[in-house]
Amino acid sequence: MVGLIFAALLAFITRFTKKVRIIEPLLVFLMVYLAYLTAELFSLSAILSMTFCGIGCNKYVEANISQKSRTTVKYTMKTLASIAETIIFIFLGISAVDKSKWAWDTGLISCTLIFIFVFRALGVVMQTWVLNWFRLVPLDKIDQVVMSYGERVPAKDYFVATTIIVVFFTVMFQGLTIKPLVNWLKVPRATNRKPTINEEIHERLFDHCLTAVEDIAGLKVEFDKNYLSKLLREYRKSELWEVYQKINIRDAISVIDQGGNVLTSARLSLPSMASRASFPEVTNVTNYLRENGSGVCLDLQVIDNVPGAKVEEESETHHFLAGNLYKPRRRYQSHYSRHFMTVGDHRERQDREIFQRNMKSRMETFKTTRHKRLTETRRTRRGSDVKEQDLNDKPRRNVSWQDKDPVVVPVESEDEKGEHLEPEKEEDVGITFVARKVPDTPKERPKSVPAGLEVCQSPSMAPPSPTCSERNLPWKGGIGTLPVCVSMEATKIIPIDLQQAWNQSISSLESLASPPGPVEPLHPRVSALSRLGGQRPVSYSGSGVSGSGFGSRGLGEEKEEEEGALSDQEQELQPLMSSSVRPPGPPPPPPLAQGLGRRRNPCVYLRSLVTAPPPGSEPLARSRGPTQL
Amino acid sequence: MIWCAAVLPNTNTNSMNRWFSCFLFNIVTPAHIVRLYDRFEALDKEKTGHLRPQDFGAINRLAMNPIGDRIIGAFFSPGQETVDFHSFVRILAHFRPADKKRPKDPSMPEPVNSRTSKLKFAFQLYDQDKDGKISRAELLQVLRSMLEMQVTEEQLESIADRTIQEADLDKDDAISFEEFRKSLEKVNIDHKMSIRFLR
Repeated sequence: MVGLIFAALLAFITRFTKKVRIIEPLLVFLMVYLAYLTAELFSLSAILSMTFCGIGCNKYVEANISQKSRTTVKYTMKTLASIAETIIFIFLGISAVDKSKWAWDTGLISCTLIFIFVFRALGVVMQTWVLNWFRLVPLDKIDQVVMSYGERVPAKDYFVATTIIVVFFTVMFQGLTIKPLVNWLKVPRATNRKPTINEEIHERLFDHCLTAVEDIAGLKVEFDKNYLSKLLREYRKSELWEVYQKINIRDAISVIDQGGNVLTSARLSLPSMASRASFPEVTNVTNYLRENGSGVCLDLQVIDNVPGAKVEEESETHHFLAGNLYKPRRRYQSHYSRHFMTVGDHRERQDREIFQRNMKSRMETFKTTRHKRLTETRRTRRGSDVKEQDLNDKPRRNVSWQDKDPVVVPVESEDEKGEHLEPEKEEDVGITFVARKVPDTPKERPKSVPAGLEVCQSPSMAPPSPTCSERNLPWKGGIGTLPVCVSMEATKIIPIDLQQAWNQSISSLESLASPPGPVEPLHPRVSALSRLGGQRPVSYSGSGVSGSGFGSRGLGEEKEEEEGALSDQEQELQPLMSSSVRPPGPPPPPPLAQGLGRRRNPCVYLRSLVTAPPPGSEPLARSRGPTQL
Repeated sequence: MIWCAAVLPNTNTNSMNRWFSCFLFNIVTPAHIVRLYDRFEALDKEKTGHLRPQDFGAINRLAMNPIGDRIIGAFFSPGQETVDFHSFVRILAHFRPADKKRPKDPSMPEPVNSRTSKLKFAFQLYDQDKDGKISRAELLQVLRSMLEMQVTEEQLESIADRTIQEADLDKDDAISFEEFRKSLEKVNIDHKMSIRFLR
């Protein structure tokens, strides 16, 4: 109980550690230790409290703290654990040979051993029997045997010798024999086989299918953990995005290493980068990184060469799929409640008739279920994009969702801010993204480049928007708490630690980067950008599916973001417009070139935006509450 | 069985026999049937005893699902406009966990929730024209619906090509059911395509 309390406390605190990432590991350890001490204080079982603290906070803390902190905590724990284990066994060995403490009693020892077996088996059987009520795949008898055999907790006993013998027995004998036993019992071992493309696709299909059927059958129970998650988990714009970006970065690196000779099959093209062309072979960066599971490692000497283009092709395709396949809504939504930004959008694109048919009913249901869906807005955001669009449009604009000239009217009253921010946000998905990002950027990133880059990542999901200005201008939206919302946001598309990697990859990618251009006056930019905006209505949404595309697109998006800041109308309906048009491919070179020049200026540009709100953002004075818990 | 008949006034005796066969194989228990009937009635807003595609469309979350349409279509037998309760349950019975201990008896018809039936259901999701093969075009369609928007046509096609290349054993540029099944032999279909009806 004490442990759980501390777990909750820890999770709650880590929710706010966005700005002070460095102390996160320390915080974790200290809170756990505090749990231990508190339990000791009340003469309760301290070890158990620590255990439960760890168990309880695991999920939330993992989501809340940064990648680096996670790694730190993990490896520190591993180190401490092995040190402790070593010391324990040393003491064990020493006391074993210390004859003075021995008191041998054969009967006691053998009884103890027998009882260990019996009770352990019994305990496991009981537990699994209980668990089987809730599990889809019931544990077999075999699994039970393995579990009981694997228990290595030595039984407590009055006699030291017995304890020692018991421990010896469990450790040595069972530890040594468990492997052959498992093999003998033919327990199906977890395979690390990479699924084939086929399997990936089909599995994803099955997931979708299952989700759909669950919905149809109406069997899904409303998940109360949503509230818990809301409370304890840091607001994350999208975890999917972070993963996606990581994948992109890895792909980018691998592409760099290939010197731009990218897979023909995937048609990923990138102007070859001379900087890394010296690496002759296809590198295994992505696979290597994946195995490590840690942040991006740019130490290319560590990377082995993988023979064959086919393997590389395969991994690229895997990444591509992983990044692009829609993810179905999971049964347990704790982590993944913010998925599916593009799913709805996609559906709109493909199934307009269904959408239109259901729009009316959805409007009502959406309003009523909005509260419930607060945590699921990420998932529904895209889908509700147009829905909300129409939802809000009906009172406000004339809508067909191809309408390119929305008239935005500030609407939301403050009491409904929470809810309405959601649909507002949903209307301009990208807007919310960007909005949140940028204010953080100037504060957190001393360098302008990463800030810009970071910002340019955000619109990849949705149209960049002028909200950067709105965001900082609370009076615009008429929502007084806008700055408050912003401060609570504290989200980044790319975590800080990845931004540097991103930065590096970008810089290496852009070996032909032109020197940073001067800060151009707003107007030429406006005109240039709005001109460009027409050309690429959709590419905002593509944040570079794979390494090849992303370089150019990343900059493209940056441009999008800038232009988006100014030409709201287009951005408004870009999610909608895009639905009917598949992006033709990487954006044309001219914007790329310009993007390069402007790459270093986005932050400055945005700041200038903030200070001098462009006229274009006026119509968008609608409340763009980025807050979303 | 009798009280089930009372609950389901619309079913005729033929369906009842089929209910019986369902029970016989213990796929769907009476408790499930009741629950599903409640759901059926909830969906059937006009109380006609049949579901139409619009009723399915009313489920919000289904619209978020890339293949929601196809799933809806799978409920309707070819040529039929409506789904009655029996078919509704029958389709949903596909998703019950399979009974591993069932002896393989070739004389008995394959139960609805066996691995093969599940695979067949999934296969039908792909194969809309019911020719027994997943052609490249059909695969493209599904891929298009499942992949995000920024994917270009070329990339789509390359993935489709790859998929077919991996699965197609007789080189006819289409995936038959057998090839489909073979390519998924290592996947735990039962786990992936089962839902636990709450008791």
